[in-house]
Amino acid sequence: MKMILSLIVWFVLWEIVGQAKLSSIVPPFSAVIEAAIEIVPTDKFRNAAIISLRSFGLGMGLALAVGIPLGVAMARVKGVGRLLGMWVNIFVSAPISALVPILMAVVGIGETTVVVTVFLFAVFVITLDTQVGITHADRSLVEMARSFGATRQQLYTKVLVLSALPEILAGVRLGAIRGVKGVVIGQLLVAIIGVGELFELYSNHFLMEEFWALVVIVFLFAFAVSEAIAALERRVEYYAASR
Amino acid sequence: MDEAIVEVKGVGKTYDNGVEALRDVNLAFPKGRLSTLLGPSGCGKTTLLKIIAGLLPSNAGEVWVKGRKVEGPGPERAFVFQDFALLPWADVLRNVAFGLELRGVARPEREKVARNYIEEVGLKGFEHRHPSQLSGGMRQRVGLARALTVDADIILMDEPFSSVDEQTRRKFQEDLLDLLRHHQKTVIFVTHSIEEAAYLSDQIALLSPRPGTVSKIVRPAVDHSRSPDEIRRDRGYLDTVDEIWSILRKYV
Repeated sequence: MKMILSLIVWFVLWEIVGQAKLSSIVPPFSAVIEAAIEIVPTDKFRNAAIISLRSFGLGMGLALAVGIPLGVAMARVKGVGRLLGMWVNIFVSAPISALVPILMAVVGIGETTVVVTVFLFAVFVITLDTQVGITHADRSLVEMARSFGATRQQLYTKVLVLSALPEILAGVRLGAIRGVKGVVIGQLLVAIIGVGELFELYSNHFLMEEFWALVVIVFLFAFAVSEAIAALERRVEYYAASR
Repeated sequence: MDEAIVEVKGVGKTYDNGVEALRDVNLAFPKGRLSTLLGPSGCGKTTLLKIIAGLLPSNAGEVWVKGRKVEGPGPERAFVFQDFALLPWADVLRNVAFGLELRGVARPEREKVARNYIEEVGLKGFEHRHPSQLSGGMRQRVGLARALTVDADIILMDEPFSSVDEQTRRKFQEDLLDLLRHHQKTVIFVTHSIEEAAYLSDQIALLSPRPGTVSKIVRPAVDHSRSPDEIRRDRGYLDTVDEIWSILRKYV
């Protein structure tokens, strides 16, 4: 409720600034909404959205498939933790965008570059949070499972990963937010596909209403993804409350 | 006394940080009886229990259970943990059935067994609560039910009542005696409470600290078939408490 109120205040302010024509790059909010309604049903937008969602999905899928097992390995196998710990920590805070031009040279200009960008944006924070979660998993739960004869596989699937789930989900949420950035930045730099292409098109032709409409749509998407994962987190935390 | 079901022969343990926790411990635990490892903190009693459980390797000596050398955890031993070690995301039913779940027992069957023991420890009606919704005493009852569910001959209990408040503890001790007599289990019990040891045990091994060794074995002359109130006023019980204290005070 509070959030909606705050949004309304800012949108009203935006509308006033827009109507006053203080700056040519800030059209009124109502015009932006109109533009959004106009562009969403077009083929151009739909294709851009499909390409972008596909890149996001593939990149995030890869990041999960690599990040979580890697985080587990770093926490459980001393050598792996020592070997990779520093690098993961560097890359989690490094400006990955700077690497995209190199990626283009290596994997070509196209969807693959964007997928790899999403992957790189998301994977490190997922790895790091998984590692933290597994490292801090309740030792006595591990001991308990062993005392009741758990196999190695059972130890992971029935105790360790579930025990680390709150941290893993936090990592996935942060990873997904970065992943959305990855799509946009990747596509902007590649500049010929998806939402990035649209951003280029709109800004080059000075279509500010459409430009801002697209910004709002991307923001909403990132927000929705993050909220969905956060809702999952809250359910998990409820059970983890006794830790 | 009766035949030994667990034998500890010359066990020693030194941790990686150089601390010597146990030195040349020799102990026999009679079948079907409750034996206590008693001593001040730092005497290595929990370490010894975990070596018997197969959760910790020893540096010297051997542990034999039912005529076989211990190489790791085994189905004839079940552990009850000081901090309960319940899965926070699972309800009481799943926690109690967890030992059987790990053994691959089918769900309807393991839940049937679990429900039975949940009732025995007095938690009927709480099957679908989560650990965070239970009091400390109730959580430890879940831990006990879980250990009973796997039908081990030997129950290893690591200070099971130390995180439980005093009133709950008394009631729990009485229930425990009832249950164990009924199921004919061999129990090895770690505690630092002299009264608890004297009240529950058939045999008490007193451990001296740093490094832990057996300093004396006491067999309380307490008739456990009598009512709890009678036991607590019993001459033999009170003498045992005094005897243990006169030994332990040297180490504190």
